[in-house]
Amino acid sequence: MSEGIAFYVVFFAAIFTNNILLTNYLGMCSFLAVSKEVKTATGLGMAVIFVMTITSVLNWLAYYYILVPLNLTFLRFIVFIIIIAAFVQLIEMIIERVSDRLYTSLGIFLPLITVNCAILGASLFLVIRKYTFVSSFFYGLGSGIGWALAIIAMAGIREKMKKSRVPKGLAGAGMALIIAGIMALAFMGFSGMLKIT
Amino acid sequence: MTQLLIGIAAICGVSTFLAIILVIADSTIANYGEVKITINNDTEVKVQGGRPLLASLMEQKVFIPSACGGKGSCGLCKVKIKSDVGDYLPTELSWITEDEKKENIHLSCQLKIKKDIAIRIPEELFNVKEYLTEVVSLLDLTYDIKQVTLRLIEPSEIKYTSGQYIQFEVPEYELTAEPVYRAYSMASQPSRIREIELEIRLVPNGICTTYVFNHLKEGDKVTINGPYGEFYLRDTDRDIIFIAGGSGMAPIKSILYNMAENNNPRKATYFFGARAVRDLFLVEEMRELEKKLPNFTFVPALSAPLPEDDWKGETGLITEVLERYLKSGDNREAYLCGSPGMIDASVKVLTSKGVPEELIFYDKFA
Repeated sequence: MSEGIAFYVVFFAAIFTNNILLTNYLGMCSFLAVSKEVKTATGLGMAVIFVMTITSVLNWLAYYYILVPLNLTFLRFIVFIIIIAAFVQLIEMIIERVSDRLYTSLGIFLPLITVNCAILGASLFLVIRKYTFVSSFFYGLGSGIGWALAIIAMAGIREKMKKSRVPKGLAGAGMALIIAGIMALAFMGFSGMLKIT
Repeated sequence: MTQLLIGIAAICGVSTFLAIILVIADSTIANYGEVKITINNDTEVKVQGGRPLLASLMEQKVFIPSACGGKGSCGLCKVKIKSDVGDYLPTELSWITEDEKKENIHLSCQLKIKKDIAIRIPEELFNVKEYLTEVVSLLDLTYDIKQVTLRLIEPSEIKYTSGQYIQFEVPEYELTAEPVYRAYSMASQPSRIREIELEIRLVPNGICTTYVFNHLKEGDKVTINGPYGEFYLRDTDRDIIFIAGGSGMAPIKSILYNMAENNNPRKATYFFGARAVRDLFLVEEMRELEKKLPNFTFVPALSAPLPEDDWKGETGLITEVLERYLKSGDNREAYLCGSPGMIDASVKVLTSKGVPEELIFYDKFA
């Protein structure tokens, strides 16, 4: 099915036409909660790019070298979750040890990411779509960049919106969801560019 | 069947492998060894590195006030750090003002110590001690407020000012895997140096209140630390307004009993808000105080009296009653204790009557 698609197509599709946040609505909770300031949104976005890329690769390896040979693909959910959780924990310890600056800007977001469904979603998609190892790496990277792009854009809009008068009943999450919907519509404009399923 | 076993074995294998990696990482990467904390230039303590400053200090019996128990949600545990500890964490920023940033004041519950540091804390925090106590009585004041009396065992006496609070240590039990701390004001007056009295209101699913209501028995040992707090009667000759609701009674009761013992002649009015008669308590004690303190008036007010209450006193929200009683805010100061909603609303009424904001003191339940 997807074996024929070149990795760079997968990469750009993951950022624009198949943006994991705006077309699959994954990772919505942190998208709404941490999109009030561009600075923190950037921190979280970077952390997602990093974790999503690495866990996509790790989960690809676990899937094709452990689960498929043992005929245990039905266990992929639980195995992927364990790997993501352990990896995030490990990375947090390393970051805390090596760099205080990186820890303050990125490290504290890591626990949030363990429970971000976009991370698990990306790992599941690359299995469902039968990506190769290289494509999986670029799919993880692209999805992460796409997610970061969406949350940074959202934070930019919400920073501007602080000064505008939002109707009381819509203030906060209500308005954010409407904006997310409009952003999703805008991203549909990319859909003629390339397509993966 | 075989597939089932293979499945179990695979999950166990993967988990064990990852767990081993994490255990190794925890004892190598996350192991910071022993670090030294220098307090106020003269005291040095050695603690295990990599843990939050608040918890490490508490282990060394140096108690920094904190109402939330280290979750970063009360913003009380501020400490001045004299060595370089890097940037502020986003979790700290909402509590730290620009002036505090210049002085390098951090939230001690968020700051993990990884190397030797020097800190400065107010001298009086050294007076804060940990006390081992025993429950001598548990009394239902209303259906959801309990009066807990603790007798001090070690140290056997406590010194504090009326209006201050202590932290109650809840040991591990089914709702918490580690000890947690919650703040409660003393309802007893400081002259009772060998025991303290707390008034604890049941919060549904609250870790501490559930423990007190469902598990605590007479004779149980309880660990507390304190005293803390800036909520005490200022020594002026202005007229006093007290406002409280629910278990906000505690610090005000302590202040009033202390005034009665010292024959304090200041004019004082105490507005106590409740929903119905079943939420009122200690009314007789307050009436007794009115006899002892010639210038003291107690005004209980019910916001929703039940028909069977046959209530003849004040009705309405505490703010409405306050509005009726208080003609002008001249020469008055106010002491408030209760829920944030009640306090914010009452502060508005008080300032509109002309009580200056710096003469309004309050203790908000966080």
